[in-house]
Amino acid sequence: MRLKKAGLPLLMLAGTALCAPFAHAEPTVKVGVLQSLSGTMAISEVPLEKVELLAIDQINAKGGVLGHKIVVIKEDGASEPATFAQKATKLIQQDHVVTVFGGWTSASRKAMLPVFQKFHNLLWYPVQFEGNECSPNIMYSGAQPNQQALPALTWAEQKGYKRYFLLGSDYVYPRTANLILRKHIIHDKLKVVGEQYVPLGGTDFSGVIAKIEQSKPDIIINTLNGDSNVSFFKQLNAAGISTDKLPIMSFSIAEPEAKAMGPSLLAGSFTAWNYYMSLPNQMNQAFIKAYQAKFGKDQVVDDPMVHGYEDVYIWAAAAEKAKSFDPNKVRAAAVKLGFMNSPLGEVKFAQNQSMVQKAYIGELKPDGQFKIVWSSPKEIKPQPYDPLTFPGKSCKLH
Amino acid sequence: MTETAFFLGQIFNGISVASLFVLAALGLALSFGLMRVINMAHGEMLMLGGYFAYLTLHVVPGPLAILVAMPVAFLGAALIGALLDWSVIHRLASRPLDTLLATWGVSLILQQGARSLFGAIGVEVVAPRWLDKAILVHQGPLAGLAVPEARLFILALTAAVLGGIALLMTKTRLGLYVRAVNQDRPIASATGIDARRIDLMVFALGTGIAGMAGVVLALLGPVTPTVGQSYIVPAFLVVILGGLGSLTGTAIAAFMVGMISALAQIFVDVSVAQVLILVFVILFLQVRPQGVIAIRSRALES
Repeated sequence: MRLKKAGLPLLMLAGTALCAPFAHAEPTVKVGVLQSLSGTMAISEVPLEKVELLAIDQINAKGGVLGHKIVVIKEDGASEPATFAQKATKLIQQDHVVTVFGGWTSASRKAMLPVFQKFHNLLWYPVQFEGNECSPNIMYSGAQPNQQALPALTWAEQKGYKRYFLLGSDYVYPRTANLILRKHIIHDKLKVVGEQYVPLGGTDFSGVIAKIEQSKPDIIINTLNGDSNVSFFKQLNAAGISTDKLPIMSFSIAEPEAKAMGPSLLAGSFTAWNYYMSLPNQMNQAFIKAYQAKFGKDQVVDDPMVHGYEDVYIWAAAAEKAKSFDPNKVRAAAVKLGFMNSPLGEVKFAQNQSMVQKAYIGELKPDGQFKIVWSSPKEIKPQPYDPLTFPGKSCKLH
Repeated sequence: MTETAFFLGQIFNGISVASLFVLAALGLALSFGLMRVINMAHGEMLMLGGYFAYLTLHVVPGPLAILVAMPVAFLGAALIGALLDWSVIHRLASRPLDTLLATWGVSLILQQGARSLFGAIGVEVVAPRWLDKAILVHQGPLAGLAVPEARLFILALTAAVLGGIALLMTKTRLGLYVRAVNQDRPIASATGIDARRIDLMVFALGTGIAGMAGVVLALLGPVTPTVGQSYIVPAFLVVILGGLGSLTGTAIAAFMVGMISALAQIFVDVSVAQVLILVFVILFLQVRPQGVIAIRSRALES
């Protein structure tokens, strides 16, 4: 009786022992992808997760990295900075990932920063932000202010605009970006005729529009985020101010937002990014084709998504160069890679662990795509600390 | 733009914002003020109105589609409100905290429903051409003043709705029954009025008005699953400030809040203006806790 009872488990144990040599034939390496899959940021971050997974699948199909197949551990930051920190800790300590691709809001990045510094791991952060940060454990591929806001100002000055109205949502990114813009506008002997902040999610722009009408700007620089943009553009149109009468340059509107708001509301307005879907290079065409084949013909891709995609490829290349997955060796190798071809054009990481990349100005067409009307003459070197606004500060990481 | 034009423009903006608050809060004034039912899903009725507008504009062509959207949204939201009252609210009528929790749950369900049906980003509702312009004053002391036609339309609509409700309450039999039930429920029941049916109709009327409000709010703001959340707090604020049980009080309170918001914004930031509104409400309620118009009734005293 006892032998019979033990018989089946013993058989299974023997079977597993026989299979063991075949179970782990291929070595693997674990990476983390940490984005908001729920909550208010999900709408932006779910596509970002998808494109990061696409890059990993593509690399695995070509044999992986250093002969290792990449195994992804996905976690949900739930649009809460504290959750991002907690999940990052779990990924590093429990799952033993060698690197993490993730984050979107500056709040989430700031919450994760101490985790990555404490455990000497490496985070790849793909979203444009306000700069003012220099961590050895983060690779900043998203635009620094001098790669988005300041090129936009250069373009505006070239067009002869002299009177600037700065409008933003009331939180760190617009406040810092406008601080930097103000310093540069005044330094260039031009005028800031208005600076207004509206609480995040605010919907009443009657007072703001009255102030815009009163101050007669040549152009509005718009750092509103989220639903506020819908209210602002609708109320601006209702007040009879159309984009051909008053140009608007927005920093938080890309292809997905334009599609959701309805391009007719925004047509003729301008944005500044390091990537547009309409970029003509071959890698971009192939990338869009692959993405739409997998996720749907009408899907649109935006700048943070492409940065996330490229981050995975650069990590793989850096690991190959360092011949190791150790985060410290990988980051040292990442800044020594030369320019790589990408859907964004030619990009590489500078010594300060930010990305050297071109900036483009796009004008929104009624079909929801952007026509590129200006591009920076060369790739712009990233400046985490704007020299006019924060003199004397610099970022030395290697 | 001259100083006078700017100042008058802000006065108009204050009245316009007040009209938005009135439309958002009127339904709540009916359910919370008259029935003392705390409906946390009220904001979602506004949200549904916006989505009804989106659907109507898709099906009905032409510039007058927005006028068709209003009765559609009214009926749609009223039906959903009636369902909500029959299934959840009247069963919890004597337990206000449970009503609060239950309607909060309904609010989450409706938000997720909108997200699943229409996507999380929101949908496009564009104002028709005849509401697309602003009336511009070119000469004289008011030179530079621009009055958006969409805001004038909303103002006119608010006046019509307020007038309609006033007529309903004072001149119709239904209005008589509603006032009777509101004043003294047991005696009203004793005279043969079906109090439960009146509750159902008042609640449905309230949500119907919210649906209609959602259509016009879509002219000036976003239509997303969470848009209701930005209106629920100001709506409650205005109803409490106006005095529970008084629709006139709600209108007056909305006017006060709208004007303070707009006039404060001449001098300070939007964020600070919002703080000032809340400070004003707190101080006002300290001095006069019953609100602008105090209704004394057995129902409210219990």
